[in-house]
Amino acid sequence: MTDTVSPATRPGPSATSDLVRRLPEYLMIWVPLLLAAGHLISFSLWTIWVSFTPSTLVPVSGWVGLRNYTAVLSSRNWQIAFDNLLLFGCAFVVLSLITGLVLAILLDQRIRGENVLRSIFLYPLAVSFVVTGTVWSWLLNPGLGIQKLAHDLGWTSFRFDWLLDRDMAIWTVVIAAIWQSSGFAMALFLAGLRSVDADIIKAAQIDGAGPVRIYRRVILPTLWPITITVAVIQLQFAISAFDLVRALTNGGPGIATQLPALVVYDLMFQRGQLGRGAAAAVLMLFILLVVLLPYAAWRYFERRRTTHA
Amino acid sequence: MRDRAFAPSRMLIYLVVLAIAAAWLAPLAVVVLNSLRSNEEIAQASMIGWPKQWAWSNYAVAWSGFCVAETCAGLRPYMLNSALVTIPATILSTLLGAIAGYAVSLWRFRGDNWIYGIVTLGLFLPQQMRLLPWTIVLRDIGLINTLTGLVLIHTIQGLSFTTLFCRNYYVAIPHELISAARIDGAGFFRIFWRIILPLSAPILIVTVIWQFTHIWNEFLYGVTFTTGQQQPVTAALIALSAAIADIPQHGVQSAAVIIAALPTLLIYLLGGRYFVRGLTAGAVK
Repeated sequence: MTDTVSPATRPGPSATSDLVRRLPEYLMIWVPLLLAAGHLISFSLWTIWVSFTPSTLVPVSGWVGLRNYTAVLSSRNWQIAFDNLLLFGCAFVVLSLITGLVLAILLDQRIRGENVLRSIFLYPLAVSFVVTGTVWSWLLNPGLGIQKLAHDLGWTSFRFDWLLDRDMAIWTVVIAAIWQSSGFAMALFLAGLRSVDADIIKAAQIDGAGPVRIYRRVILPTLWPITITVAVIQLQFAISAFDLVRALTNGGPGIATQLPALVVYDLMFQRGQLGRGAAAAVLMLFILLVVLLPYAAWRYFERRRTTHA
Repeated sequence: MRDRAFAPSRMLIYLVVLAIAAAWLAPLAVVVLNSLRSNEEIAQASMIGWPKQWAWSNYAVAWSGFCVAETCAGLRPYMLNSALVTIPATILSTLLGAIAGYAVSLWRFRGDNWIYGIVTLGLFLPQQMRLLPWTIVLRDIGLINTLTGLVLIHTIQGLSFTTLFCRNYYVAIPHELISAARIDGAGFFRIFWRIILPLSAPILIVTVIWQFTHIWNEFLYGVTFTTGQQQPVTAALIALSAAIADIPQHGVQSAAVIIAALPTLLIYLLGGRYFVRGLTAGAVK
């Protein structure tokens, strides 16, 4: 013990050399993490700050209070976008959950070719929203796609022109979104169905319950947590949906399929209204928090409940 | 149980599943068939139909012929742009995410939980909140309208996902393994290289597939931060359909769509298992 000195009692210089020796390690740990975390916080604060300034083409300092927010909220563009978001968000989430659940239950019946079928329902997730939107814009275009085909085949009274119909156009976005992402719900539901305890099912069978009853009373109730998770993820997508609408309808006809993300882009980069664009972005964050905060709270209590049980 | 109980209605199950599967495949089939029909043939009939003559030339035109704005080089330069953004950004974000995930799960340091928590907020923050700051930052560092700028964005933002994926995987590695190696005098990088990396193949494949698919398919940043010849292929597809809206060339456009979607579709076909694992791993955050 006389000739060894513990690192802690060594004098200053070697502590510095220790730091120098471990510098690459500190750099590799901290630089990426600080960039990732730092940009999230600083960029958010930055956008929030701009939303309170009179910025137009370039960001300027100054304070206009909530004027940008009132301007955005009272604009027709935003109001339509918000109504569309409510409709699109609800319809898309509910319908894709139902589609996903039905597909999962069907695939859970030990059918042949399950792997191939599963791949078919999931492949749209590998394609970009731009591709999905472009392809569906062709299929749903009355002069090109399904309606044209029906007319060519002799069914001339057939009408399917939602893409050009102001009231129905938003439903074309719903259709394309369901096609693209129901597979996601299916994959998670299927995993949930497969993890149901076989003994519980056996017990229910012994009690004389039929398959429909077993699904309704035993299996489906266990899927609630998955349902909520999938719904939140799909809602998160719906709130920031941009590419799909841009490629499918570009917000049209007119501004009938406007969504918040398009309003932000339009204000910031096409109208040169940075302050209002930033305010619209912050409003989007707000909408997202309305969904995410209750979810986070639910997750927190759920976790506490399961760890204490 | 599920077998026997449903026996009478099994035909119905197959019928329904196959009908839905057909509906899911239909858009792909339509585009593939269209990519092989001439523009005139589509103009006379509808987008949905069987090719009368196989117009393979659509692919040649789509790849290197048609014009967007003043340049007539087809999709090739934009595919190259996408590759030059996607490949470096995928590798960098995966590697840095693996190191960061290892640092917060096994190496541990002061403040690790805090910084990890903040980084994962990136999964939720809408891109619209970062659009304006990125524009200004890219302009100030001279990377606006460059592929390097897009690589930078995708690397930094991708870290939220890659760190999460890797951290959740590394948490399962026994801590004693690291402690023992540290007692033997192995440092941060040595442990990563010798112990962590050899165990990481599954999660690295998942992460690479996830990042590649996401970055290749990304549109908003591509269209916001780049113009003209610098755009990735997603943005070019939109520009293309706008450019030829007057004289539609649906055969060529279909071929362009197929070409643009091919890289991620191929990766999905080859690594489907890992692709799905990434989806579910991202969901259980």
